[in-house]
Amino acid sequence: MENKPMITRSAAGASADSLLDVEQTYRDRAAYYGRFLWRDKSGIIGLLMFLTVVFAAIFAPWIAPYDPLEQNLRESKVPPVWQAEGSWDHILGTDNLGRDIFSRLVYGARVSLTVAFFGVLIAASLGLIIGSISGYMGGRVDSVIMNIINLILSLPYLLFVVFIAAILGRSLINVILIFGITDSPIFARVTRGEVLRMRQSGYVESAISAGARWPRIIFDHITPNLIGPLITLATFEMSAMIFYEAGLGFLGLSVPPSVPSWGNMLAAGRKYLQCCPWIAGAPGLAIMFTSMGMNLLGDWLRDVLDPRLRRSRK
Amino acid sequence: MSRYFLSKLGQSVLLLFGVLLLVFAMVRVTGDPATLMMSREASPEDMEEFRERMGFNDPLLVQFGRFMSGAVVGDFGDSLHFKTPAMPMVLERLPATLQLAITALFFAVVIGVPLGLVSGFNPGSFIDNIARGLALLGQSVPNFWLALIMILYFAVQLRWFPSFGRDEWKSVIMPAFVLGLPVMGQIVRMTRSSVLEIRGEDFIRTARSKGLERRTIYTRHVFRNVAIPLVSVIGVQFGYMLGGSIYIEAIFAWPGMGQLLEQSIGWRDFPLVQALAVFTAVVVLALNLVTDMAYALIDPRIRYGK
Repeated sequence: MENKPMITRSAAGASADSLLDVEQTYRDRAAYYGRFLWRDKSGIIGLLMFLTVVFAAIFAPWIAPYDPLEQNLRESKVPPVWQAEGSWDHILGTDNLGRDIFSRLVYGARVSLTVAFFGVLIAASLGLIIGSISGYMGGRVDSVIMNIINLILSLPYLLFVVFIAAILGRSLINVILIFGITDSPIFARVTRGEVLRMRQSGYVESAISAGARWPRIIFDHITPNLIGPLITLATFEMSAMIFYEAGLGFLGLSVPPSVPSWGNMLAAGRKYLQCCPWIAGAPGLAIMFTSMGMNLLGDWLRDVLDPRLRRSRK
Repeated sequence: MSRYFLSKLGQSVLLLFGVLLLVFAMVRVTGDPATLMMSREASPEDMEEFRERMGFNDPLLVQFGRFMSGAVVGDFGDSLHFKTPAMPMVLERLPATLQLAITALFFAVVIGVPLGLVSGFNPGSFIDNIARGLALLGQSVPNFWLALIMILYFAVQLRWFPSFGRDEWKSVIMPAFVLGLPVMGQIVRMTRSSVLEIRGEDFIRTARSKGLERRTIYTRHVFRNVAIPLVSVIGVQFGYMLGGSIYIEAIFAWPGMGQLLEQSIGWRDFPLVQALAVFTAVVVLALNLVTDMAYALIDPRIRYGK
């Protein structure tokens, strides 16, 4: 980490030496992204919204004032604090069984993020393997794999998720597996596209001819170009999975009813919509908050991580 | 052109076979389809009788043969709940679902495309900010939740629209709006980003430097290129709507295929679920073929092949 000035990318300033040498250190890069984040205020907002949910999920036992499963029928259907009969004991009120909605919301963040994180992890890993094989082998293998993937992607996704979930039964593992497997074609398609583009573009070839060995090519040239699009996609897909999990819960097909998930809360609140709209209102707002944060974050990540888009956003 | 179409058709038939295989296998993946379909209180004798009647005791290959030979003529057995053939019940529900999906798509396109175009041509403007906000909202609001809120406000409190059913023309408005909102968001984003992308292309610069009018550039060069991804997004979204209106139809008691799916899952009526899954897949595959054709009509690069 010598004290070098920030690399300017003007052609005149780039000597033959620094062209091959990726001089941007991690600190430089972090500073660069940081400045980008600061300039794009919606990205910051998205990041903060996302971190709030992550924080709530991690520290749920310390944040939640009540046990999310504790029933108290004497205090059922208490409205939130800003309504006439509300009290500070239950900020967001209680549900039909007298459970504290705020506490359930906080614990629900755990379920949603667990499903989204592990679902995307499985989908991305599967997609990465399939996509790189397809992109690397090319030819017949590639066209067969891609045709299958495009056709799978054209099927009514939700219908089959509902169908499979109805058969496998309600459990957290099942939900994660269903989303992980059914979502992998998207990751495969993106990975394949990137690998193909890299194979065709000149820089990998020129790196090889400049004498770079394979670890360097993989870690310095291929991985950074693959990570960007995949992280962006993962953010959007996590947001989508939080949606789908809630949707399955709404139909009574997600995690078991005893688990405080946002979808289960919505499903339960649907019956009391007229008398106590806050029971279904709170989880809906939580889903919206999380999803909006992740969409904003995803937009920002796409702009920052895709160098081709940087120019167009000024 | 016809070769292109034939290869697409062949792929669709293959995928349909895959869907049938999946639908056949999934019901049997837990080991015993009888416990899946019968209530928990059923006696062992009833179970055995049910297995025998449904042919679950036969070798898998025989079962598969029977399933496939039924499937090609649209026979998926009788619904367990209604005791009548499953497929006609599905077909009966098709018009309602189509009406809902077409209305929703119409709404999404009529609002989404102009908004996306304007905001793409004027990035950073007031309209652009509104369009981006709307798109974000459309993609972030869980539509099943929005449906509940809208019923509460517009049906129960204001009494503008009926809260459920399909009895009058006003019935379709709320479900179509809710179903179309996320699609509208996606159309706005997509249109906007393709306009932005195409504006920077060399052929636009060429068109401008040879002195074409702005309007000509927009209509002849930009819009034609925006239409290509737009057609595929609309096609895909229409397919999603047909299969994904489960929540909306269930909430608004809209008598379409989605509501039937929700009900039949509740009844554990898997012959009906199978018929629904296969039929929706067929409709969506047919739709994709149409989209591919439209694609080829718009884009000469596809028509003439590589």
